[in-house]
Amino acid sequence: MSVLKYESAVRPPLVDGHKTYHQVTEDIIKPIEVAPSRLWKIGFSISVALLLFGVYSVYREVTYGIGQWNLNKTIGWGWDITNFVWWVGIGHAGTLISAILLLFRQGWRTGVNRAAEAMTIFAVMCAGQFPIFHMGRVWMAFFVLPYPNSRGPLWVNFTSPLLWDVFAISTYFTVSLLFWYTGLLPDLATVRDRAKIKWRKRLYGLLSFGWTGSTKHWQRHESLSLVLAGLSTPLVLSVHTIVSFDFATSVIPGWHTTIFPPYFVAGAIFSGFAMVQTLMLVTRKVLNLQDYITLEHIEVMNKVIVLTGSIVGVAYLTELFMAWYSQNPYEGYTFWYSRANLFSPYGWSYWGMMACNVLSPQIFWFKKLRRNITVTFFMSVIVNIGMWFERFVIIVTSLYRDYVPSSWSYYYSPTIWEIGFYLGTFGLFFTCYFLFAKWFPVIAVAEIKHILKRSGESYKAEEQKVLEDKNLQEFEHVMAH
Amino acid sequence: MDVRKFVVGCFDDEKVLFPAVKQVRKAGFRIHDVYTPFPIHGLDKAMGLRETSLHTAGFIYGITGTTIALSFMSWVFTSNWPLNIGGKPHLPLPAFIPVTFEFTVLCAAVGMVLTFCYLCQLAPGVKKHHFHARATDDKMVMVIECTGPTTEADATALLNAAGAHEVHTQIAETGWWLGTYDKEQKLYDESYVKVPH
Repeated sequence: MSVLKYESAVRPPLVDGHKTYHQVTEDIIKPIEVAPSRLWKIGFSISVALLLFGVYSVYREVTYGIGQWNLNKTIGWGWDITNFVWWVGIGHAGTLISAILLLFRQGWRTGVNRAAEAMTIFAVMCAGQFPIFHMGRVWMAFFVLPYPNSRGPLWVNFTSPLLWDVFAISTYFTVSLLFWYTGLLPDLATVRDRAKIKWRKRLYGLLSFGWTGSTKHWQRHESLSLVLAGLSTPLVLSVHTIVSFDFATSVIPGWHTTIFPPYFVAGAIFSGFAMVQTLMLVTRKVLNLQDYITLEHIEVMNKVIVLTGSIVGVAYLTELFMAWYSQNPYEGYTFWYSRANLFSPYGWSYWGMMACNVLSPQIFWFKKLRRNITVTFFMSVIVNIGMWFERFVIIVTSLYRDYVPSSWSYYYSPTIWEIGFYLGTFGLFFTCYFLFAKWFPVIAVAEIKHILKRSGESYKAEEQKVLEDKNLQEFEHVMAH
Repeated sequence: MDVRKFVVGCFDDEKVLFPAVKQVRKAGFRIHDVYTPFPIHGLDKAMGLRETSLHTAGFIYGITGTTIALSFMSWVFTSNWPLNIGGKPHLPLPAFIPVTFEFTVLCAAVGMVLTFCYLCQLAPGVKKHHFHARATDDKMVMVIECTGPTTEADATALLNAAGAHEVHTQIAETGWWLGTYDKEQKLYDESYVKVPH
């Protein structure tokens, strides 16, 4: 792939307006160098307040025990594991965008990959809190690691999906972090070299690892990115597959189905892209980055949303069909009585899920709606509400009616501390995101410069003109002979 | 400390940079390095740098991870503490796949990033010699070292002729912070270098 690789004129430009390399740096790095806006301060304060409420909720749970939550005899997993799966799902879009789309050579990823990867890391951090605090005695959390110990040595059970989760989530977090940070190095060096204030120069000097932009370093950097992308691609798919194994390898009706892995992965991409949309729409507006995160980017992501939403819809219908076709009374009861029946105790959550995840994204078949920012923002929130319902439906409706009616539990609703924990992770997520948006370049500057000459609006127009002139000359040449 | 003299030339456009690299090398000069704000594909080839073998290192780290994970789990379940889990076999290979896979990826990724940082001498707080502050912004900076046969005047004239603007001379102390990639640069060979146009 050479610098001047031709890109079809049919493809809309990925960078709007006439930009020079320096202009790209200015546009993206400027927000780091000015004082935070009032809007930023308000948003950040709200996030920190939520985080503190979450910390207090967790403090209650750690001090008084898991009884602070409304989990009961059969509903051993409630809001906590629902939230865990929800956050992990959201954490899938970042690495999908940066890794899979890199392998597929999708130029549009450059506008959104940096922020999406950051979002991934923060979402996985939030997700990790839930199983850890669900353990109850959280100070024993290190027991999940296989380390030589004085109990035998008694090792962990390597055949348990819950242990696979430990490996999957921690690997995913580490690899995403490395991928994100190595990508950040050149851009942090740009901030460093532009800095006029001493402490900023020093801080970014520390963070940028002494990056110089040497050709040999770039060559290795490219090789590293490509291999990390290749490694992350199966990794992304494996993580939610393994999360789905937590359910699929059990013998609970509604959980032990073989379609869980692809269905969970599609759902994860679905919710992840929705969260990317939510964040990107706000970020591009607040930081004035409409030239880099264009309507094209938004439209492409909406296409992914309608595709994955429909895949998830097919999975829901397949489950219903199989529950009937198998004639298994427990499966039938779970799917047709506990879930699909609107008048059962949790029927509302199933139909909420259906409405948000399957029906509403279908509006994105219309180009006009895909390119409408208000509709997109609204839908991105709806999709994530729907995906939260999905996990809630899977967990609670399968658990609240056990095999034996005598052990059926009463109606499960969370306590304020369960809700507080969830809100707290929102606080953590947005606190991190606000800090990231203020102190780091939210768009991969070097990558935008890399595609600028072939996908920038003015460069494309020039190239097109050259080609047209050439065609005209050829035509004249043919006509003359 | 040994002090060396360098001639630094800035380029604005990769379309000018590529022929300039070719011209400089053809004239028999060794390029110390070219610093660019973004990866320019083909520049490493044009400069005569060899292909990196970082991916091979990644593969080795990966299979090391696979081996460690598989052999460790097999050892634990068959010899060190063979637990009876629901009467299942002691060596359930399919159940070892997830952990083995994750550990492979973890080792490959961590190993590669550490190797990358080592090879490029990158670490938190490391200070290097920067020839031009805008090499990370919008300038492509070509640096030629003034050694015996390469005089300052020659290099300056050549860079000016090749389309560089802002050509100047700099003095820097030698050491690892300068990079030593000129050593592995092959001499110019027309058949090897393909300049994109």
